[in-house]
Amino acid sequence: MAKMNMIEAIRSALDVLMDKDPNVVILGQDVGYFGGVFRCTDGLQRKYGEHRVIDAPISEGGIIGAAIGMGVNGLRPVAEIQFADYIYPGFDQIVSELARLRYRTCGEFFSPVTIRTPCGGGIRGGQTHSQSPEAIFAHISGIRTVMPSNPYDAKGLLISAIESDDPVVFFEPKRLYNGPFDGDPDKPAISWVSHPKGEVPEGYYTVPLDTAEIIKTGEELTIVTYGTLVHVAQAAADAVGVDAEIIDVRSLAPLDVKTLVDSVNKTGRCLVAHEATRFGGYGGELVARIQKECFYSLQAPIGRVAGWDTPYPHAFEWQYFPGKKRLINAINKMMAAA
Amino acid sequence: MRKKSRLHIPSSSARPGEKPDFEYLNLSPAGSVDKPPIDSRTRDIEHLSTGLVRVLDDDHQAQGPWNPDIDPAELQTALRWMLLNRVFDQRMWKIQRQGRISFYIEATGEEAISIAQAMALRPGDMCFPSYRNQGLYMYRGVKLVDMMCQCLSNTRDMCKGRQLPIMYHSRKANVFSISGNLGTQYPHAVGWAMASAIKGEDHIAASWVGDGSTAEADFHHALTFAAIYQAPVILNVVNNQWAISTFQGFAGGERRPFAARGLGLGIPGLRVDGNDLLAIYSTTLWAAARARRGGGPTLIELVTYRGGAHSTSDDPTKYRPKDEWASFPLGDPIERLKQHLIALGHWSEDQHEKLEEELKVEVLAAWKEAQQYGTMTEEPFLDPATMFDDVFAETPSNLESQRRYMLEIEGS
Repeated sequence: MAKMNMIEAIRSALDVLMDKDPNVVILGQDVGYFGGVFRCTDGLQRKYGEHRVIDAPISEGGIIGAAIGMGVNGLRPVAEIQFADYIYPGFDQIVSELARLRYRTCGEFFSPVTIRTPCGGGIRGGQTHSQSPEAIFAHISGIRTVMPSNPYDAKGLLISAIESDDPVVFFEPKRLYNGPFDGDPDKPAISWVSHPKGEVPEGYYTVPLDTAEIIKTGEELTIVTYGTLVHVAQAAADAVGVDAEIIDVRSLAPLDVKTLVDSVNKTGRCLVAHEATRFGGYGGELVARIQKECFYSLQAPIGRVAGWDTPYPHAFEWQYFPGKKRLINAINKMMAAA
Repeated sequence: MRKKSRLHIPSSSARPGEKPDFEYLNLSPAGSVDKPPIDSRTRDIEHLSTGLVRVLDDDHQAQGPWNPDIDPAELQTALRWMLLNRVFDQRMWKIQRQGRISFYIEATGEEAISIAQAMALRPGDMCFPSYRNQGLYMYRGVKLVDMMCQCLSNTRDMCKGRQLPIMYHSRKANVFSISGNLGTQYPHAVGWAMASAIKGEDHIAASWVGDGSTAEADFHHALTFAAIYQAPVILNVVNNQWAISTFQGFAGGERRPFAARGLGLGIPGLRVDGNDLLAIYSTTLWAAARARRGGGPTLIELVTYRGGAHSTSDDPTKYRPKDEWASFPLGDPIERLKQHLIALGHWSEDQHEKLEEELKVEVLAAWKEAQQYGTMTEEPFLDPATMFDDVFAETPSNLESQRRYMLEIEGS
């Protein structure tokens, strides 16, 4: 075991698989010589050569389009889109081509592309470096959508994603790269060193692509969340003093419904939380599924905490971010209900 | 009063009721364009993007340095494939009009492109076609009956009823899947070619888009990547003058030919008579050899004319002169090859008629067979439960439960 932050864990996953499978190649802006703006591919080009860690032009549509063609020709491409906010020029290639190729050819052609992309705010990135567009991708049939919340899962899920013959959009909450973040921007940053999920095996292991994880068991309330808010939710529950069961969805599509349903049937209360905007957000799907499966166990309406339905404002980042205060407020309301 | 607008709105040279006018085409006489060595620098061969490589002249003779000197027997085979493409299209068009299939796209007038380029490429080279490249599938061995079954969405449909008619694919034949979203296959071809180079293989890729689709971002992504990495790929623009109702000026073809689109990136462009099988074959061979020896991509513009409607859902008499094709100066590719073979003394009107009859019989036989495997309205039918397969490599539980529910509600 080694101590790794999320960047090191992601790099380690890439390293392990590039070493194991010569068909794994990396493609993206600044990923090669420089090692990525977030350093996730640092040193990989030196180790595996510029034909396997390929610097690409500023052309997200081209990166994804070319990666699809590489995948059809037997490679296992990992495309990096520097910020999730920049993924939209490649959207048609993801939706109409990558997600549909296996289906429309009945399995004759497929392209096992993994698209890694940092998402989420809390880094003073403004509206073009803070978005969480995961719901848009979870909505698309034919791609897997994943978002880890810690170094251990990041490595295990990324290895599973790259080895999967299905296309995967792999969201990396960039606020968590260097440490767990409890939602309080005024506190000094903490590192992954002292966090149990910062313990990461150096070699090969996998985390399955279709399971949620119970981060903490509890009896009074289930908080269903993923990404950065996993840590904020824990801090909020601790602050209220409620015995919450915290579930990290981590594989958004396909979704592990059973883990959520079993938990809510046990606790009778459910709060759904994500950083992305509320309207049409992924939380809506979670609420609908849980309501249908757990209706007669519920003691209160399912709560929902999300980003406001505005773009992510640069100057009002912490008023936008669904932080501890908003979660505490929601938890209190839920616990006060009948 | 409003000031006169400075905005330029392109307009086609002729609309319904007007005399067709192809003055704008800027033709070169057959044999007049030089054939440079395959290792020429792009800057030294820029003129190839504005000239027009033609081999067959108006007297049906092969002229000049691009004459590939193909054996007459092979030319007869090429003619057979082109004619098969046309006879197949004519049959399928009628079938659509009878309401037996929902949709069809014919390649009438453009048959030389798929056939000549399939002849020039090697079987291991990967083709990323557009929707008027059915000739590629035929030439590479996909059976007519299988193509018909695809159009019928029947029990033998290679797409299991998931795709609109004509959106074929064949892994075995190395011809990619056709997408309804235009131009998307262009960057795939480049990525495929990059992978071939990364793996140290000898195979190249080729792709096709129409003049209209060159306006899509994917066209530019593909050219950029192809140029940067010198990918072994042939990028073809089939300029058939019309994108449904908009003429090629709406894709920016008014001032510079499409073949010149790559010059700014250092990609050589060849402007080629797209109705001249010999010119297409020869230029494709040149570009393929260049790509195989590490010379990178070539952009080939194939100047042709969309002889028919865009699709069975289109009525071109609403936007272009009815007889426009008859005035197209580059003629009909099948007629031109036929006349060339006749001029060589290796073909006759009688032989041609006989061949056409043979092909009609072959196509009709395939159609009779295809119907045995069902149509949209006649049994046997595809099992709708299969619609949940192949979304992912393994069907996840949520789709399995939707499948069960669908069967419960809809019946099996």
